[in-house]
Amino acid sequence: MKRVYGGRKKLFRSLRGHRNLNRSMAGNMTLFIFMGICSVFMAVPLVFVISNAFKPLDELFRYPPRLFPRYPSFDNFADLLVLMSNSWVPFSRYILNTIMITGGGTLGHVIVASMAAYPLAKHDFPGKNILFNIVVLSLMFTWQVTQVPNYLIISKLGINNTYLAVILPAFAYGLGLYLMKQFIEQIQDSLLEAARLDGASEYKIYRSIIMPNVKPAWLTLAVLQFQTMWGNTGSQFLRDEQLKPLQYALLQIVNSGPARQGAAAVVTLIIAAIPITFFIICQSSIIETMTTSGMKE
Amino acid sequence: MVKSMRSNVKIDQPNRYSLDAAINLRPTNEWSLINRIKKNKASYVLIAPYFILFFIFTVLPVIMSMALGFTNFNVLEPPEFIGWGNYIRLFLNDDIFRIAIKNTLIFAVITGPISYLMCLIFAWIINEFKGKIRAFVTLIFYAPSISGNAYVVWNLILRGDRYGILNGILLQLDLIDSPIIWMKTEKYVLMFLIIVQLWLSLGTGFLTFIAGLQTIDKALYESAAIDGVKNRWQELWYITLPSMKPQLLFGAVMQITQSFAVADISIQLAGNPSVNYAGTTIVTHLLDYGSARYEMGYASAIATVLFLLMVGTNKLVQKLLRKVGN
Repeated sequence: MKRVYGGRKKLFRSLRGHRNLNRSMAGNMTLFIFMGICSVFMAVPLVFVISNAFKPLDELFRYPPRLFPRYPSFDNFADLLVLMSNSWVPFSRYILNTIMITGGGTLGHVIVASMAAYPLAKHDFPGKNILFNIVVLSLMFTWQVTQVPNYLIISKLGINNTYLAVILPAFAYGLGLYLMKQFIEQIQDSLLEAARLDGASEYKIYRSIIMPNVKPAWLTLAVLQFQTMWGNTGSQFLRDEQLKPLQYALLQIVNSGPARQGAAAVVTLIIAAIPITFFIICQSSIIETMTTSGMKE
Repeated sequence: MVKSMRSNVKIDQPNRYSLDAAINLRPTNEWSLINRIKKNKASYVLIAPYFILFFIFTVLPVIMSMALGFTNFNVLEPPEFIGWGNYIRLFLNDDIFRIAIKNTLIFAVITGPISYLMCLIFAWIINEFKGKIRAFVTLIFYAPSISGNAYVVWNLILRGDRYGILNGILLQLDLIDSPIIWMKTEKYVLMFLIIVQLWLSLGTGFLTFIAGLQTIDKALYESAAIDGVKNRWQELWYITLPSMKPQLLFGAVMQITQSFAVADISIQLAGNPSVNYAGTTIVTHLLDYGSARYEMGYASAIATVLFLLMVGTNKLVQKLLRKVGN
């Protein structure tokens, strides 16, 4: 399938393995320009987030604000490092907490939700429609009011003030199940039947047919869940300072007044940069699966 | 084992049309309910971890909240049952709730469909690009909604004095003679909240559509071209959209929950309560009662009303989406 294209057309070669099928050059150019304009609108506020981190204090408070710093510096980063080294819980501890909470919550959710999504999409068993509908409905309930009941349940279970209090509920978020079910539905039944005829168990089918076929879906879910877990400060259930995640510690710095605006600008950048980095990593493998997978019929 | 699995295949088969299937396969004497449950043991084992946690941490709290809607509950003392009291107060005596509903509906009716179409159109256009450019454009469009509270930079843009970016530009162009306090002027608040929400809207739905577009069978396009599909628009309507219907339905639900539950950006940009309640939405109103006044019973009643509103909207939207590609 490897072909070499030259010139400008290369830009628009669709990823479908055929070139310019049903595509006009004028249409392509229009889309390209349209996207260019929209990109600028989307990007400008983010450019501020980035450039603010490199502005020395006097430029941060300078009005009218400039898009780019005149004398970019790393002072803010240095400030943040000083602040971090002064905190009484070492920052490495916060980072560990974040890895446990964000990593555990993301990995667990992807596995548990996709495991449940497979039977819901592909098996016919009593109760499946009701269960699925409850999950979809649950997405529409305002989570803020369930916080008090949630707290009661978590204390009753005795997992208050542990990682589990944040991670376990995250395993069973509604979004992942719904997302995975929608994608698994699209897998051809004949593929599963063939595996069953070969004697594969349902677990085996889940592992070696379902998951590889919906890789774009679970990578997408991983991105979404990572972002949710990363934004979770866990402040409700985690009392001990030693258990709190990085996000919490960083937000403390942002909220501590104008004197720390420089450090706060860096914090905003870091808080945005980490999920973006994770997204970039996942995105490259989404595209990779896309070009190589020939599994679907 | 293999044999039983073979017979399993027959009942496992129907999927997309599971409702019809369920009706056709209603237990005859041979397939009594208990037998069907036994046959599907593997299914139950696979869904067990999720649903056990789901019932403990989601269903139970939601049911408890709905029950609290019928009580007076200040978090400290035990809840006191008051029947429909909260709902009567909500609909008859709470003028601000009426404003909240009005704002939420305006907000949802505008941002919901626009965001949804934006997600779809941008995902589709991005799918036309390739390789590095495609990855880069995806990143730029998705970045706003992934970057936490980065939307507070809009505070700089919408600052009320002449140093605000928007005021600065308009003053420079002589379109206004004095700076406008955007987020404290009633008539602008909702408009800017909508703009910021649209900026943030390429999130879950967008990413799902991108992934969905990639799972479409490429052979479909080739055979469609042979069958006389002429341009990309026909291709979109006859092939692409019908092929990604599951994602479209999912995106719609996510869009509804997002548009109706808007609160954070309103609180961050307009404050809570906002000037003359111009930015008050159902959820900010709920938060006002729940976290500021500790009237959890009342807040729960608000949540239940919002829930019903979303469920109704969802029913309507799902009905519309079923028509896609027909």
